[in-house]
Amino acid sequence: MPESSAPAVEIDGLVMRYGDKVAVDGLSLTVERGSITAVLGPNGAGKTTTLETCEGFRRPQAGHVRVLGLDPVTQRRELLPRIGVMLQSGGAWSGVRAEEMLRHVAKLHANPLPVDMLVERLGLGECGKTPFRRLSGGQQQRLGLAMAVVGRPELVFVDEPTAGMDPAARRTTWELLQELRADGVTIVLTTHYLEEAERLADMVHIIDRGQLIATGSPEELTRGSSATVRLVVDRELPADAEAALRAAVSTWSEQHQVGLQSISFGSRTLEDVFLHLTGRELES
Amino acid sequence: MSTATPGTFTPQPGAAPLVQQVRAQAAMETKLLLRNGEQLLIALVIPVLALVGGVVGAERLGLTFDDRVVDVLTPGVLALGVLSTSFTSLAIATGFERRYGLIKRLGASPLPRFGLLLGKVVALFGVMALQAVVISAVGFALGWHPHGGVIGAIVALSGAFLGTLAFASLGLFMAGTLRAEATLAAANLIYLLLMMGGGVVLPHTSYGGGAGVLRLLPSGALGDVMRSGLADGQCDALGMFVLMVWAIAGSLLAGRFFKWE
Repeated sequence: MPESSAPAVEIDGLVMRYGDKVAVDGLSLTVERGSITAVLGPNGAGKTTTLETCEGFRRPQAGHVRVLGLDPVTQRRELLPRIGVMLQSGGAWSGVRAEEMLRHVAKLHANPLPVDMLVERLGLGECGKTPFRRLSGGQQQRLGLAMAVVGRPELVFVDEPTAGMDPAARRTTWELLQELRADGVTIVLTTHYLEEAERLADMVHIIDRGQLIATGSPEELTRGSSATVRLVVDRELPADAEAALRAAVSTWSEQHQVGLQSISFGSRTLEDVFLHLTGRELES
Repeated sequence: MSTATPGTFTPQPGAAPLVQQVRAQAAMETKLLLRNGEQLLIALVIPVLALVGGVVGAERLGLTFDDRVVDVLTPGVLALGVLSTSFTSLAIATGFERRYGLIKRLGASPLPRFGLLLGKVVALFGVMALQAVVISAVGFALGWHPHGGVIGAIVALSGAFLGTLAFASLGLFMAGTLRAEATLAAANLIYLLLMMGGGVVLPHTSYGGGAGVLRLLPSGALGDVMRSGLADGQCDALGMFVLMVWAIAGSLLAGRFFKWE
């Protein structure tokens, strides 16, 4: 496949182990260009290992990984200038000032973004002169994101981008990621925030224990199977309405011999999907 | 926190020319080495104090040498400068670079690994050149007369180079295997111990009987080579050989055990 039309990321049957522990267990997924793709899963699901394999830090123990049509290990030097990487934490000299670090990373690239613009966009001005080790977790995250995008990459890998951020910084980060997508940048993010995946992602891959357990757009995933019925009413319900509705639905189910599995009030979210999927796996 | 005009982030990837990357890396490493007050203390303040204190107080300390005091101590303090930067500063800096994920971060940037190493090497030699200028200036002010001529200078530079290889590889071995805090403590402690008793500032003959064993330490060997070159225009062959052995041993250890992350 010619490199220019290859998907942003192709993972096929990836297996990664640390000693006896299987971190990634036969994972296959594809990331289309120009999208925001969320890899969602609990801690220890294998998200970071998968990302680090795409970034060329780890060699696949089985299976294949292609990023922008390239092998991240053997064609690493060709690949690295084209991608941006945001690590889960750290990534700077302990004594370097935030803005100084960003300027340094910019100098490693041929056509970097204006550093001042990124500093302003990500609210790094107030801590621009602060040594890295004294930045708050959220400030370190924002600097990490700035370092990932300053080289005008085609593809950005962001690992838990908003962990430790306050709500305002989180919103700013989301806006920036959406603007990147609008300008044609592909974004792969890992998160365990369901809201983040739901708000941002075009595609969501849910991973648990190193395996892909669901794939789809947030709409597809939350729409659920045909057995989900959703009732929307035009006013606030009185306090006794829930009990009355449950009784009425139960009666109807009995009459029509439909097994009623659950009734929930409120909307189905990715969280429902996730709990449903991982819960079932736990039982099996 | 305004929004950007569309097209701001349109991909335009590419690595900067390698020369520019290495220059940026070396400049940054140098700046950070010199910014840290503690490192500056070890790199400049302590050596200068050792030189001035040694020359002024030699008699009171009961130090007697075959040559004039300043002619013996200045080459030794130059050797101490090499030890401070290529071992202590490098080990501490590298330990914290690992801790803070810098090496991993730069590993995902266009800067290749040899560019990262080259930046470090340039920064090391830059800082050591600065040390040499300051220490020599203080030495001259105290009446230092190097006698080695061109040959002596070549011997001293070769010794400094081999010593850098030996100390830097040992420093990287330590930083690559210990935690950052342990590296910080050990690198400072070893520096102090070698300065006082490692045959670097003072020739091993000053330590009395049995001190010949100091000639086998990289510190003692480097001190001997610097003194032989800058005081006599000779080359201390044993010192050179010992430095070479340490450089090889250190490189093997660092190569085997150093972890970038």
